[in-house]
Amino acid sequence: MSVDPDVLAAIMLMAAGTFATRIIGLWLVQHLKPSRFLEAWLGQVPGALFAALCAPMVVHAGPAGWAGAAATLAVSRLGGGFFLAIVSGVATVALARPLLDGL
Amino acid sequence: MLYGYLAAERGLSVAETGLTSALVFAGASQFLALQLWSDPLPVGALVATVTTVNVRHVLMGATMKPWLGRLPVGRAYGSLFFMTDEAWGLSMAEMNRGGRDAAFLPGAGFCLYVFWVGGSLLGGAFGGLVPDPERYGITFVFTAFFLALLSGFWRGRADLLPWGIAGATALALEKALPGTWYILLGALAGSLVGAVIHVRRS
Repeated sequence: MSVDPDVLAAIMLMAAGTFATRIIGLWLVQHLKPSRFLEAWLGQVPGALFAALCAPMVVHAGPAGWAGAAATLAVSRLGGGFFLAIVSGVATVALARPLLDGL
Repeated sequence: MLYGYLAAERGLSVAETGLTSALVFAGASQFLALQLWSDPLPVGALVATVTTVNVRHVLMGATMKPWLGRLPVGRAYGSLFFMTDEAWGLSMAEMNRGGRDAAFLPGAGFCLYVFWVGGSLLGGAFGGLVPDPERYGITFVFTAFFLALLSGFWRGRADLLPWGIAGATALALEKALPGTWYILLGALAGSLVGAVIHVRRS
């Protein structure tokens, strides 16, 4: 249970930088005049951000990962719920890995 | 738990792992920091990389204005400490459904916080007992989580173009840029195109 001073400094600085990113956005929009475009833009951010995050993850996931991604999306779109969608994806990957990734 | 397990492999003590999770509390960037972890510790590169990965929080925090804009500064910024991709995604979904309770974000965030810190400690202490998490598909949990979140934001075919642009931009820039700038730039490209289309139409 030891904490190295250099490690502690790195942790504190990483924490400070991360907290700054968390609060700057709210501060900015509170001090800028909201426009129709700004509001439309903020509404588009979530989907675009998750699309940008997911695309490379899925592309690099390999055949078993693609099967898992398809299962996750299918269950989610069919109304299976959030948790079930994730479980289906992970289970599909676990089952498909020995079958597909050996090819 | 996976984080604790990997951190232990990198030589972090359980206390250091727990502190990082408790104070930084940003999963993707913590994994990235582990990739850079070496001796002597590249403190500058670590801080720059972690902060850069988390620049996406700026956009996310901005979207929280309808809930947090009305709160006193301390409570608003305190809530934002608990804002993760997951808590934010759930909050946006709740906001889309018409939810007005600003406590949703810190509430969801705090639940995740307890599991994240607790899991990191457990993973650090007992991770050695799991031989090969890759084999059980555990590493796919992140991908599945974000895909399920993404599908929740689907409002119709109008989303196809902005999302396609976001994903394609991210893929194109992934190798060309350091860190995870590709996520931010992909999100910017896609959301700006989406906003232009939306404003033109209405």
